[in-house]
Amino acid sequence: MKAVCYMGVEDMRVLNVPDPKILNPRDAIVKITSTCICGSDLHLYDGFIPTMEQGDIMGHEFMGEVVEVGPGINRDKLKVGDRVVVPFTIACGNCFFCKRQLWSCCNNSNPNYWMAEEMMGFSPSGLFGYTHMMGGYAGGQAQYARVPFADVGPLKVPDGIPDEKLVFLTDIFPTGYFGAVNADIEEGDTVAIWGCGPVAQFAIRSCFMLGAERVIAIDRFDYRLRMAEQGGAETINYEEVDDVVQTLKEMTGNIGPDRCIDAVGMEAHDHGLVYMMDRAKQMARIETDRPIALRQAIQACRKGGTVSVPGVYAGFDDKIPMGAFMNKALAMKTGQTHMMRFMKPLLDKVESGEIDPSFVISHRVPIDKAPQMYKVFRDKQDNCTKVVLDPWADGAKAA
Amino acid sequence: MASTTGMRTQGAGRGRSRTVTVQRWGALIGGGALAIYGITRRSPLGVALAAGGGTLALLGTNQRSQNRKPSTSTTILIGVSPREAYQFWRDFNNLPRFMNRLERVTVLDNRRSRWTAIGPMGRRISWETEITGERENEYIAWRSLPNSEIQVDGRVEFEEAPQGRGTFVRVRLEFTPALGMSSTLANFLSKGADFAVRQDMRRLEALLETGEIPTIEGQSHGPRDFVTGVARLADPSRSIPRGENFGQVYAERRRGA
Repeated sequence: MKAVCYMGVEDMRVLNVPDPKILNPRDAIVKITSTCICGSDLHLYDGFIPTMEQGDIMGHEFMGEVVEVGPGINRDKLKVGDRVVVPFTIACGNCFFCKRQLWSCCNNSNPNYWMAEEMMGFSPSGLFGYTHMMGGYAGGQAQYARVPFADVGPLKVPDGIPDEKLVFLTDIFPTGYFGAVNADIEEGDTVAIWGCGPVAQFAIRSCFMLGAERVIAIDRFDYRLRMAEQGGAETINYEEVDDVVQTLKEMTGNIGPDRCIDAVGMEAHDHGLVYMMDRAKQMARIETDRPIALRQAIQACRKGGTVSVPGVYAGFDDKIPMGAFMNKALAMKTGQTHMMRFMKPLLDKVESGEIDPSFVISHRVPIDKAPQMYKVFRDKQDNCTKVVLDPWADGAKAA
Repeated sequence: MASTTGMRTQGAGRGRSRTVTVQRWGALIGGGALAIYGITRRSPLGVALAAGGGTLALLGTNQRSQNRKPSTSTTILIGVSPREAYQFWRDFNNLPRFMNRLERVTVLDNRRSRWTAIGPMGRRISWETEITGERENEYIAWRSLPNSEIQVDGRVEFEEAPQGRGTFVRVRLEFTPALGMSSTLANFLSKGADFAVRQDMRRLEALLETGEIPTIEGQSHGPRDFVTGVARLADPSRSIPRGENFGQVYAERRRGA
C-alpha cells in the first residue's frame, strides 16, 4: 500500500510498504477513504518531538471502511463493512482511566509506556503515527491502517454524509471542543484564543456553542483571522499590536478575558527578545518547547479565570509565570482529547446541520502530494489551513 | 496502574542504614563542593581537586551497604478481583505470557514446576521451582530448589484495593548471587531485573484488564535506518538476543516494527 513515511527531519516520502495485518485479537484493519495532515504533525516534521524513527508511517486523522476484524471483536460493536471515523487516541476501554472517561489517559494502549514514563512520570494513551514514545503505532496517512482496540475507539458513521464533513471528528473538531469545555465557560464569558489554526477555528465555534458572549482570536495571518471572524470572533493580529496582553486588557475594560485558550503549543511565534531566546534554546535542545502563547495566556487571564491548553507541548518549558498563575488564582486544564466523550455528540451536531466542519479545508490533494503539503502547511503558503489527502485518487493508484 | 518499584536492602538494620546514608551524603556534598572549588581555580591543582572531588561524589552516589541480597519489588494496581489475579498467576503456565524472559514453564506437580528463561546473550537457563507457601486469593511464595543454576526466591501478594479499584499485586524477587559474583555485577543484574519486572507487571495488567498485550511487533513501516537498529539494540524493554550472532540480531531489530 502507499503510505506517508517519516524519513528524517523535513523529509516525508510516499512509499510502498506492506499492507497492515491483524496483530492482536481486538484489532481491525480499516481501508482509508480520507486522511489529513494535522498541525501537530508539523512538530514531527520539524523534528521537535523525540523518538521518531525513519520509516514510521505518519498520520493520526483518518476515516474509512472496516475490511477485517480480529477474533476478539464483538461483531455487534464492529463488523466488516462499517464506515468509521477513527479517533487519534487509542483506548482499551477497560482500565481505571477509560472507566472514568479519561480516554486519552488509557493505561494499556502504549506498548512503549516506559519511554513516556521516563519523561512524564506516567504515559498517556497510545497515539497513531506520533513517535515511539507514544506507542510507535503506524499512522493513517496511508491506504490502510491497523486499529487496535477497535471495539472501543472507531465511531460508526452513517452513509450519505460526505467524508469531508465527518473526517474532522477524528481529532481537530473534538479537540477544539475539548479546549472550550476545559475553559469552563459560563454564560456571558469573554474567551481569548491564541492561534487561529484548525483546532482554534473549532474552539471558537465551540465556545459560542457553550455560551460564550465574546471570543477574541489572536494570530498573525490575515486569512486565518478572516476565518475566525467568519466564526464570530473579534481578532488581534499580534504583529500589528505592541503588546497582546495590553490589547486584551483594553478590549475587556481592564478586567481581562475570563477564559484563555492556548491553541498554539510548542512552536509559537512572537517578536522580541524572549522569543529569540526560546528559539535559540529550542535549536540547541536546551528547551523542547517555546511556550510564548501559554505565558501570554496566563498573564492576560482575568483573576480567578481558567487557562485551557489544547495546544501540544512535548517536554520542558522555561519561564512559565507561575507567580501570576498562583497569585491570580487561575486554574489550568489540558490534555489530549478524551475523544470518545465527544465524537458521538459532535456527530449529532454535524448530522443536524448545526455545523459543517468542512469549512476549514483549504487543500484537497492526492496522497502523493503529501510531502509538498507538509511544507506548504508549515510555511503557511497558499493560505493553507487544512489539508485533506485522498489515498486512492487517480494520482495515487496502489502500485 | 500506579506502580512502585524499589531496591530493598536486606539485613540492613535501621541504625546501619542511617550510617550509610550519612556516609553517602557526606561524600556527595563534600566531593561535590571540592569539585566545584577545583573547577573555579582554573589551575593544574584545581583540575586535580576537581577530579578528586568528583570521584568522591561519584563514590558517594554508588555507596551501598554490604551484606545485601539483591532484590526487586514492585506493586501494581490491576482492575480485576484478587481472586481473578490469584487464579491467573497460580496457573504457572500463564507466566510466560507476560514475563518476557520466561520461555516456558512446565508444571510438574501441585508444588513443583520447571522454568526455562532466556538469559544473557541468549543462553537458556532452566531451573526447578517449588511453592513454599500460599493462601488462596492472598499470596503465593516460591523458591528455586537448591543447586539450581540460578537462585530466585519469589513472592506475590494480592490485596483488594479500596473503592472497587481492583487489586494491588505486589511481587518481590530475591536473587542469591552465585559464588564469586562481584557485588557490582550482582547490583547490575538486579537493576536490570527491576526494570524487567516492572515491564512484566505492566504486561500482566494489560493482559488481565483487556485480554491482550499492546504491541507494534509485525506492523508495517517504511525502510529503517542505522540509527533505529542501534537504538533498538540498546532498548531495555526488548528481550535479550537469542544466541544468534550480533549482525543478525542487529538486522532483525532494524527491520522490526
